[in-house]
Amino acid sequence: MLRYLVQRLIGILPVLLLISVLVFAFVHLLPGDPARLVAGQDATEQDVAVVRTALGLDRPLWEQYITYVGNVLQGDFGTSLKTRRAVSDEIGERFMPTFWLTVISMAWATVFGLVIGVSSAVRRGRWQDHGGMLVAVSGISLPSFWLGLLLIDWFSVRLGWFPTSGYGTWAHFVLPSITLGAGVAAVMARFTRSSFIEIAREDYVRTARAKGVFERLVVWKHVLRNALIPIITMVGLQFGFLLGGSIVVETVFAWPGLGRLLVDSVSFRDYPVIQAEILLFSLEFILINLLVDVLYALVNPEIRYR
Amino acid sequence: MSSSSTLASESIRTPWSEFWRKFRRQKVAVAAGVFLILLVLVALLAPWIAPYDPAAPDYEHVLEGPSWLHWAGTDDYGRDILSRIMHGAGISLMVGFLAVTIGGIVGIMLGLISGFYEGWMDRVIMRICDVLLAFPGILLAIGIVAILGPGIENVIWAVAVFSIPVFARLVRGSTLALKRAVYVDAARAIGVRNAILMARHILPGALPSVIVYFSMRFGTSILTAASLSFIGLGAQPPTPEWGAMLSAGRSFIGVADHLTFFPGLAIFLTVLAFNLLGDGLRDALDPKLSQV
Repeated sequence: MLRYLVQRLIGILPVLLLISVLVFAFVHLLPGDPARLVAGQDATEQDVAVVRTALGLDRPLWEQYITYVGNVLQGDFGTSLKTRRAVSDEIGERFMPTFWLTVISMAWATVFGLVIGVSSAVRRGRWQDHGGMLVAVSGISLPSFWLGLLLIDWFSVRLGWFPTSGYGTWAHFVLPSITLGAGVAAVMARFTRSSFIEIAREDYVRTARAKGVFERLVVWKHVLRNALIPIITMVGLQFGFLLGGSIVVETVFAWPGLGRLLVDSVSFRDYPVIQAEILLFSLEFILINLLVDVLYALVNPEIRYR
Repeated sequence: MSSSSTLASESIRTPWSEFWRKFRRQKVAVAAGVFLILLVLVALLAPWIAPYDPAAPDYEHVLEGPSWLHWAGTDDYGRDILSRIMHGAGISLMVGFLAVTIGGIVGIMLGLISGFYEGWMDRVIMRICDVLLAFPGILLAIGIVAILGPGIENVIWAVAVFSIPVFARLVRGSTLALKRAVYVDAARAIGVRNAILMARHILPGALPSVIVYFSMRFGTSILTAASLSFIGLGAQPPTPEWGAMLSAGRSFIGVADHLTFFPGLAIFLTVLAFNLLGDGLRDALDPKLSQV
C-alpha cells in the first residue's frame, strides 16, 4: 500500500510542473503588457517601467518562473490589482464558504442519487425506473442558473422561506446547495443504476440467489457493496464538477466564495487573483483525484498489488 | 449482392437500415430528434417567421406578461421575448455545433494517432487528455476566455477544447481494437498507406460511438456556452443569446418572471433533447456503451 501511495505521489509531480508552467505562462499570454495592466491605463511610460522592474518583469522568463514558484511555495501569490490586498488574504476569506457549499451539495446529491439509482435498477423496466431516469436526464439538462433563479422566485420571493442571496445562517445554504447538487444527483443516479445492473449480472450474485439468500440481503450485501467501488470514483470526479459549477451558482446567489471571486477577477482582469485561483482549483482537483485513487486501492486489493 | 426470391421479399439489411430499425423503436429519442429538426428550422427561418423584430424596442409595452400579442411577454425595452428566443436559437445551435465539431475533429485525429502508433506519442497525448479531462470544463473555459477576452467566438474555442479529450479517448479505444482486425491487416498487406488506413479503414468503425458522443457533447456545449454568457463572459447583452437574456432578466425576478423563465426553458428543452437523442442513438448504434 505504501509503495502504491509513493508511486501515485511521484506521478503527480509532472502534472504539478505542467500546471505551474501553464499558470505562470498565463500572464504572458494575456494581450498587452502585464506591467501596464498593474500600473493602470493612465500611467506614464516611466511609471510602467518602474512597475516592470519592481515586479521583475524585465528579467529573463526562466528567472521569473523560478521566482514565481519560490513565492508560491511561501504562500505569496502577489497583490490583487483591484483591492490592493494580498491575494492569499482574499482567497483565504472565501475558501470556507465554497468548501461548505460543495460538501453539503455533494452529500445530499450522493444520497439522493444512490436512492434513485438503486430504486430504478431494482425495479428495472417498470414505471419507477422510467420515472427515475426521466428525472435524472432532466437534472443533467437543467441549466443551474435557471434552476437557481426559479428557486429564488418561488421559495424566496413568493413564499419568503429562504433568503434570496448572501451567506451566514443554515437557511442561506438551502437553495444554493439544491441548485449546485441537482446535476450531480442526476449523474449519480444514472451511474448507480448502470453499475448496479452490471454487478447484478455477476455469477456470485446468481450463486447467492441460488443458495437461497434473501433478496434484500442480495441487494444490500452482494450487489450494492460491489457497485459502490465505481461509485466512489464517480463521487470524486463529480467533486471537480461541483467546483466548476460553484462558479455559476455563486454568481446566482451572490455567494462570497471562490467561484464568484474568479468571475469578478476575470471581468476586472485582476490577473494575480485569476492565477492563484486557477492554481488552487487545480491543486484541489489533484488532491481529490489522489484521495479517490487511494480509497479505491483500499477497497479493491487488485490495484494495490498490481 | 445477388437477390434470391426469398431475399427480395425482405428488405436488405444494410447498417443504415439496421440502425433505423432499432432507432425507430426509441420513441422518446425520435421525438427529441423531431424537436431538434423543428428547432433548426426555426433558427434558419427566424428572420421570416418571428412575429416581431428581436431588437426593436416598444416603450408602450414594457415588461408585459405572456398574452395573445406577445406569447412569451416583453422585456424591459418592450422587445418581444419569443422573437428573441427564436433568433437566439441559431446562436446556441451554431455555438454548440462549431464547438463540438472543432473539438471532435481534433480529438478524433489525436485518438487515431494515439491508438495507431502507440509508443511515446500515445503516452504524451493520453497524459495531456487526462489532465484536460480531470479539469472541470467550465474552469478551463473561463481560463481560456480570461486570455482571449469575453465574446461568443472565444467561448466557441473555450468549449471546443474540453471536447477534445473525450473524443480522443473514445477513438483511441476503438483504434486499438480495430487496427488488429483482419481486414486492416489485409489492407496493410496490399500496401495501403498509414494515413489512408486510419481514415478509410479504422475511422468508420469508430464512427457509431463518435456519433453518440457528438449528440451528448452538443447538449453539454450549449449548456456551458449559456453558462459563460450568464456570468457575463460570453455573448454580450443586446445579442438575443439565451444565457445573456437570462442574465439581463435576473433583476426582474419577482416582478416579471417571464424574462428569465422562457429563455431558461429554451436552454433546458434543447439540452434535454440532445441528451435524449444521445441516449437513443447509443442504444441503437452501440449497445456496448449502454451496459444495460
